[in-house]
Amino acid sequence: MARATALAHFRRMVSPIASWLSVRAQGLYCEPADLFIDPVRPVPRAAITHAHADHARPGHQAVLATAETLAIMRVRLGASAGAGQQALAYATPLSLGPVTLTLFPAGHVLGSAQILLQYQGSRALVSGDYKRQPDPTCASFQPVPADVFITEATFGLPVFRHPPAEAEIVRLLASLALFPGRAHLIGCYSLGKCQRLIALLREAGYDAPIYLHGAHASLCALYESLGVGLGDLRPATGAKIPPGAIVLAPPSALADRWSRRLPDPLPCLASGWMRVRARARQSGAELPLIISDHADWDALLATIAEIDAPEVWVTHGREDALIHAITTSGRAARALRLIGYEDDAEDTAPELPAP
Amino acid sequence: MKLFADLLERLAFTPSRLGKLALLRAYFTRAPDPDRGYALAAIAGTLRLPAIRPNMVRALAATRTDPTLFAWSYEFVGDLAETVALLWPGTGSGTLPGLSKLIETLAGAEKSALPAQLATWLDAATIPERYALLKLITSGLRVGVSARLAKTALAELATPKIDPDEIEEIWHALAPPYLSLFAWLEGRAPRPDPGAAPIFRPPMLAHPLTAPDRTTLDLADHQIEWKWDGIRVQLVATPIERRLYSRGSEDISTTFPEILLAMNFHGVLDGELLVIRNGDIAPFGDLQQRLNRRTISARHMTEFPTGIYLYDILFDGRTDLRALPLATRRQHLEAFLSRHPDPRLHLSPLIELTDWPALDALWASSRASNREGLMLKQKSSPYLAGRPKGNWWKWKRDPLTIDAVLMYAERGHGKRGGTYSDYTFGVWSEDGRLVPVGKAYSGYTDKELVILDRFIRTHTLQTFGPVREVEKTLVLEIAFDAAQSSTRHKSGIALRFPRINRLRPDKPASEADRLTTLQALITAEKNR
Repeated sequence: MARATALAHFRRMVSPIASWLSVRAQGLYCEPADLFIDPVRPVPRAAITHAHADHARPGHQAVLATAETLAIMRVRLGASAGAGQQALAYATPLSLGPVTLTLFPAGHVLGSAQILLQYQGSRALVSGDYKRQPDPTCASFQPVPADVFITEATFGLPVFRHPPAEAEIVRLLASLALFPGRAHLIGCYSLGKCQRLIALLREAGYDAPIYLHGAHASLCALYESLGVGLGDLRPATGAKIPPGAIVLAPPSALADRWSRRLPDPLPCLASGWMRVRARARQSGAELPLIISDHADWDALLATIAEIDAPEVWVTHGREDALIHAITTSGRAARALRLIGYEDDAEDTAPELPAP
Repeated sequence: MKLFADLLERLAFTPSRLGKLALLRAYFTRAPDPDRGYALAAIAGTLRLPAIRPNMVRALAATRTDPTLFAWSYEFVGDLAETVALLWPGTGSGTLPGLSKLIETLAGAEKSALPAQLATWLDAATIPERYALLKLITSGLRVGVSARLAKTALAELATPKIDPDEIEEIWHALAPPYLSLFAWLEGRAPRPDPGAAPIFRPPMLAHPLTAPDRTTLDLADHQIEWKWDGIRVQLVATPIERRLYSRGSEDISTTFPEILLAMNFHGVLDGELLVIRNGDIAPFGDLQQRLNRRTISARHMTEFPTGIYLYDILFDGRTDLRALPLATRRQHLEAFLSRHPDPRLHLSPLIELTDWPALDALWASSRASNREGLMLKQKSSPYLAGRPKGNWWKWKRDPLTIDAVLMYAERGHGKRGGTYSDYTFGVWSEDGRLVPVGKAYSGYTDKELVILDRFIRTHTLQTFGPVREVEKTLVLEIAFDAAQSSTRHKSGIALRFPRINRLRPDKPASEADRLTTLQALITAEKNR
């Protein structure tokens, strides 16, 4: 009895949007449009916020996303990128039955989008992953008014405060000047982080060749073909790498045998987790670079205030602290318990291969 | 302050000695006077600031942060200074005064004014600067850099390059912010004159005696003494001041006031500090009760009375004896001690043996008399700083061994980085549980390291961050110098210098040693 009362009380607090946008086993589901957002299992119809592996899964029938996201999915997933692909430009409303869907830039990686769903006069904004720092490789996050804002919370703890990425690049270049004989091997995720690092280095005036692990080459080529210039890139495998070169590789390659042929490599890792020393130490990086494609704590709170939705739903990450902060500020907030999303797909600590 | 904060940030993640030296050199070149001198003091542990308790920092943080978020954050970060640095509102848009200004302000501040002052600085500082500041004032830099390494970096900066011992020689006559030291290193001023200051002289060190050495060296040419199992000290007394230094040039005068009282002379002596009860030398564990204490109680001084066994003399008055042969210095030492006798000062006796069999027998008895082995010193050797080859030999007693079970492993750093080379091992308790008793990260051969690494990867039960818990099946023979009782370890036992002697894959884990075996080793030493 008490439970039923509590449930009714909870229902009254929640926006009417909860009646048409809810969590199912496959992911977030918009019933009147019969559409899943970033589903974790194959579905008939999916809208994809961005092409990171935990959001853009293989095997859907119809896929709706930005042209860039679809292009990245085709490179990564090949034939299983989706039977029918529909590209949609930013800020262009699309009717899906009674629902109007519009994409807005999320500033996360190339092609990343927030998804605005409008139905019966209510507006739900699904952020996907996003950041507020400028990124030369993708369009900046655009705030859009909404009744419910669904935010990520990867760095939903107040200790996560990213410095400007440009300042971290200055630290990297200072390290190169101090250790000119050591190849700086930077562990970074192959989609987004890798290209952003290169673009930031180029903006800082670094025009020497940058060497790429094989895992990073194809997406860099795709970025270039989509109009993001990255300068002189060379394969790190097979080439003779000069002392003091910058080499980009997946984080897993940092402690790998692969790195042993580099000239006296200095392991670096570019990730928002590097803000916390214990995490940075565990990664084995000698130069932890705090560069992330996710909003930090301050940016999460600032964005929530800016969107100014009366209600915030918090998805994957550390939702407890963020919900505490949002409710303390007088706004309604609740956790959307989506499963199947990694804590942070972009940043995995290097793990040694089995012998 | 930014340069210093950057330095700390990089040092914390740089495992290699060469890397640390490069970072220190770059800092000392770039940072201005007097900031760099205070940084040197902070690293070398010579900075004296009014101690700020972590509780004060915690209370200050509570005035600016949400308690729930603070608690969750602290749990995640695991370090108070780091949590406060990260959570303090704002990200540092103001201008923080330079390191020297900060330190001078702190040194002169009223205790009651400290929280407000600290809050002003935290408002102005960036996150790395906050961390450096908080670590500095709560007196725990722990940057993995020894005073010696900082001096080595400075020596490399000098033009022309000098030996770090040249800095060591005048170090204790200098004080923060070390302006005269930097002026000398940069060729702007002559070497600071230590004058009559009671300064530390770099000690002469010995090489381990190996089997081939026994065939080449002539015992008749050597002065033979016990290798005492205490700590090496240098006694320095001038007419105005007395100092007791550890082998690493640390000033430990305040820890051993009774030794200072015994130093009624003008000169520099080299000897071993020991706990001596009624003429009997106590095990090293007793001396440890006296080490690393800032304040000493009368009870400690009665319970663990100390004395010195002297084996060399460097200065008699202002006369430098270091160039003289050891045999001559020994005569000086004996005469010096008869002029300045004290019950706490003993002469390290000479062992008059000239054949190896007799010496072997004596060496074998060293553990039983709480001695660490024997010393063989060339009678003609001058007193040279460092570890010159072919002059002095140390012949350590054989270690003790136990069979223990591998329990946890962690990856090593530096050249062993990437392989599991740090091992926690345990022995069986009375109720049949494995109790960790120590950690070892040396002693193995390259081949054994490969085997251990493979075993760990294929027998992992679970991981805790960087630590792997493994199946408790592999027996390791652990060598160690001594077992001591310890209140800091769960097992109640601390091993001195444990290392892997060999792997015992042939031995079932159930047949590894028991805790009682180790406990008996402590009792045995105590009763001697």
